[in-house]
Amino acid sequence: MNSSNKHTIKRRSFLKKSILSGGGLILGFNFYNCEADVEIAKKAIPSLEIPEKWNELNAFLKIGNNGVVTIMSPNPEIGQNIKTSMPMIVAEELEVDWKNVLVEQASLNTDWYKRQVAGGSQSIRQGWESLRKVGATAKQMLVQTAANRWSLSLNECKAQNGIVSNIMNEETLTYAELAEEASKLEAPKEVKLKDPADFKIIGQAKKNVDIEPLLSGKPLFGIDTKKEGMVYAVISRPPGFGMKLSSLDDSEAKKVNGVIDIFKFEDSQSDLRGIMNEKVAVIANSTWSAMKARKALKLSWVKSDAVENTSDHDAGLNKLLQERQKEPRRNDGDIDKAFAEADIVLEKIYEAPFLPHNCLEPMNFYADITGDKAEVLGPVQTPQWARIRLAKLLDRPETDITVGMTRMGGGFGRRLFGDFVIEAAQLSQKVNKPVQLIFSREDDMVSGTYRPASKYRIKAGVKNGEVTAYHLTEACVNGNMYDNITNFFPAGAIPNMRIDTNSLESNISTGAWRAPYTNFLAFAEQSFFDELAKEMGKDEIDLRLELFEKAKSNADAGYEYDPEKSIAVTKLALEKAKWGKARAGISQGFCMYYSHNTHVAEIADVAIEDGQAVVKKITCAIHCGIVVNPLGAINQVEGGIIDGIGHAMYGDLSFEDGKPSANNFHQYRLIRMGEQPEIEVHFVPSKEDPTGLGEPSLPPAGGAIANAIFKATGKRLYKQPFVKEDALLG
Amino acid sequence: MATYNIKVNGKMHKVEADADTPILWVLRDHLNLVGTKYGCGIAQCGACTIHVNGDAARSCSIPISSIAEKEITTIEGLSDIVRHPIQDAWREHDVPQCGYCQAGQMMSASSLIKQHPNPTDDQIDTAMRGNICRCATYKRIKSAIKTATK
Ligand code: FES
Ligand code: FES
Repeated sequence: MNSSNKHTIKRRSFLKKSILSGGGLILGFNFYNCEADVEIAKKAIPSLEIPEKWNELNAFLKIGNNGVVTIMSPNPEIGQNIKTSMPMIVAEELEVDWKNVLVEQASLNTDWYKRQVAGGSQSIRQGWESLRKVGATAKQMLVQTAANRWSLSLNECKAQNGIVSNIMNEETLTYAELAEEASKLEAPKEVKLKDPADFKIIGQAKKNVDIEPLLSGKPLFGIDTKKEGMVYAVISRPPGFGMKLSSLDDSEAKKVNGVIDIFKFEDSQSDLRGIMNEKVAVIANSTWSAMKARKALKLSWVKSDAVENTSDHDAGLNKLLQERQKEPRRNDGDIDKAFAEADIVLEKIYEAPFLPHNCLEPMNFYADITGDKAEVLGPVQTPQWARIRLAKLLDRPETDITVGMTRMGGGFGRRLFGDFVIEAAQLSQKVNKPVQLIFSREDDMVSGTYRPASKYRIKAGVKNGEVTAYHLTEACVNGNMYDNITNFFPAGAIPNMRIDTNSLESNISTGAWRAPYTNFLAFAEQSFFDELAKEMGKDEIDLRLELFEKAKSNADAGYEYDPEKSIAVTKLALEKAKWGKARAGISQGFCMYYSHNTHVAEIADVAIEDGQAVVKKITCAIHCGIVVNPLGAINQVEGGIIDGIGHAMYGDLSFEDGKPSANNFHQYRLIRMGEQPEIEVHFVPSKEDPTGLGEPSLPPAGGAIANAIFKATGKRLYKQPFVKEDALLG
Repeated sequence: MATYNIKVNGKMHKVEADADTPILWVLRDHLNLVGTKYGCGIAQCGACTIHVNGDAARSCSIPISSIAEKEITTIEGLSDIVRHPIQDAWREHDVPQCGYCQAGQMMSASSLIKQHPNPTDDQIDTAMRGNICRCATYKRIKSAIKTATK
C-alpha cells in the first residue's frame, strides 16, 4: 500500500472506496510523487527530512516513516491563502504538529475532492466540515491501529502531536510506526470532531506554506512552466469587441528568429464568448520571439455592425433604470402605496464603469495534446469547468484529461473563465507539441471578462420618521445580480421593498469580479442610507441600528444577513474607530455590508490635505466565524480594503468602437504604494463555523470613504471612479 | 542573432539572442531563472525588477545588447541562503498573498535600503511606487521594509 518516493509523476489508480457519512467525501489514494515538489519542500523546510517511504491514509494525507505528514491542498490557490488554511484544518483534527507538515497542491480529481474551485469566498466555508472529517478519520484509523496492538478500546488511547498513547500506562506509538498498518483499515463511517475550545492549530498565526519558494523566486506559477519539447505561443485577438480579421500578412513576422509557425484559427465553441472570433497564433521557441513576431504581423481588422460605445451603454442603462420588470426580483408590501403616502421621498442614481481584473500574472496555460496525451497545467480558478470544455473540444472522455493546478498570480474572478485553457489546447493540438500560451498585458486587458458597467437607482420613502419604502433598480450590462443579493439588507427592515434588475445585452464579455455586484452595490446603498439619514434629520448610525432592530423583529421576512451580527460589527467598529471622537481635521464615514456569509463594518478617516481628500485610516470589524489563520486572514481583509479603495477611487474602463480605453498600466491606474491608508482589523470572537474572507472586506470600503469624503467636503459621490469627481479636488 | 556573455548572480552565461531581447526573457526563457516575473513589459509594474550593478532596474525594458559587463542580480541571487534582511523581513511579516509581484518588490526594496539604510515614509513610497501589488499587500511591504532597516 505504500508508494515509493519515485522521481516520476506516478498516479495511484487504486481507489479506496469509503464514503464518509455527512461530508459526502470519498477518500482515495492519489498521490503524485513529483520531484519538483519534494525538491521545493526540502529547500523550504531544511530541517524536515523527506521520508524514504510514505503511507497514504486517504486522498488528503500521507504519513512518512519518519513522522513527516503531507497534506494535500485540494483547491486552487489564487492568493487567498487556502493552500495554508485548508491543510491547517486537516492537521488540527489529525493531531499532528504543524512543524511536521508539508503541503502539496492536488490536481483536479472530482472523484476524490469536492468543489475544487476558487470563487465566491467559499473554499473554507464549504470545505470546513469535510476537511475536519478527513483529519479526524485518519486520526481514528491510527488510534484504532494502536488500540488493536495494545488490545484496548479506542477510548483507552489518546492521540496528540503525532503520537498515540495508552492512557492506562506510559506506552506510546508514533504515527510513523502506525501508518502502514493504519492505511489498510477501512475508514470509519462516524468520527468525532474536536471541540473548538481544544483547537491548537486553527486560530494560530501560520505562515504561508509557500513562503520559502516565494522568497527565493522558485517556479510556482503557471507562467513558470517549462517542459521538455515545449514551445511558446501568443495570440493576436480582435483589438475590439465586434471587430473581425480582414487580412493577414505574416511575411515579416516569419522572418523573426525562433518563429515556428503562424496560423489563423477560430474560437472552438461559440458559447465561450458568444461569437466565433478569428485569431492569429504565433508559435516560437521563446516568449520574446513569439511576442516580437506577433508585433511584426500586419493585420487589419474591420468593424462589424456590432461595435459598441460607452455612450451607447450609458443611454441604454439610463433607459433601463426607469423600467420595471414584469416579475420583480423582490416585492414586499406595496411600494407605490407607500411612496404615495410618504412625507419624504429620496431618489438617487449611482454609476460604475467596466473594470478589468488585471491579475498581475497575465493569463497563461500549458497544454500537451499530443498523441494519447491530454494534459493541461496552469492557473485556473475552475479546473473542472476547464476539463468539461476540453472534453468537448477534444471529443474525449473527461477521464482521459489531466488538469494540473499551479499557484496563481491573482484571480479576482478572471480565472473563473478558462478561455485560455481551451486556446492552449487548440494550439497544442494544431502544432502537435506541448505549448505554453501566454497573454501579453495588452492581451490580458483587452480580452477580459470585465466587471460589467452598471447603474443603480435607489428610492426610499419615509413616513412619520420611519423608512417605509425602498425601491432598488439595477441596470447592468449583461447583468442580473444573483438571487441571494436580493435578500441582503435592507430586506426585512423596510416593509415595502422592491428590486428590479434590468440587463443590457452586450457583446463585451463580462463576468464575476471580486465580490460580484456587491463590489459596487455596497457603495451605492450605503451612501444612500447616509444621505437618507440626513434627509430624515437622523444620525446615520442610529438609522442603521434601528433598521437592524426592525429586521430582527421580522425574522420571517426572508433575508439572508444576520441583524445581530450586523449590530455586533457596527458597534465594534464604532468603538475601535473612536467614532464621534475623531481628531481635529479628520472626518469619519461609516459603511456596513454583508456578503459571502460574512458581516463587515468599516469606518474611514478622511483628511483634507493640499485641497484633496485623503483616506488616512480604515477601521474594520468583521464577523467571519472562527478565524482559521489570523495571519493570512488579516492579509486578506487588508488586501480587500485597499483593493476596494483603489478601484472605487481610480478603476475605469470605457469602450469606443468596441475597443477598451486602456491596454496596459500606463493607461490604467491601479492603487500603488503610498496610497493605502493605515488599517486596523478586528475580528468578532466567534465559535461558529468559518465564513467567507477573500471578498467581504472589499465592498464596504467604497461606501465608507464616500461617506467620509462627504463629511470632509460636503460633496456627495454618485459615480465611480471617485477621482473623476470634483469633490476630491476640494 | 548574436552571442552575448552576461554575468548573472555572479556566474557568466553565454546567450544566443536577438539584440533587442529584453533581459527579462533572457533570464526566464534562456537561463531558466523564472523568479523574475513578467507583468506589463513597459516598465510600469515592477514585477520584472532586477539589480543592474546593484541598482533596481526593470528587466523588461533593458535589451540584452545594452548589458555588456554590467552585473545582474535576480531574486534567485539576492542571497544564497534566502537570508537577505529584506527576505527575512518579508518572511517575518508573511507579506505575500498571491506572491506574484513579490520578487520584484523585494528587489526594489533591497535596492532602496542599500541607498537609504533608514528610509523615510516618503522615500519608501517613492522607491516602491513603480511596483504594483494587485493583491494590495502594500501595508505589509512597508512594515517589512521598516523591520529590515531597524
Ligand atoms: S514587466 Fe517590467 S515593469 Fe512590468
Ligand atoms: S501578492 Fe499578488 S500581486 Fe502582490
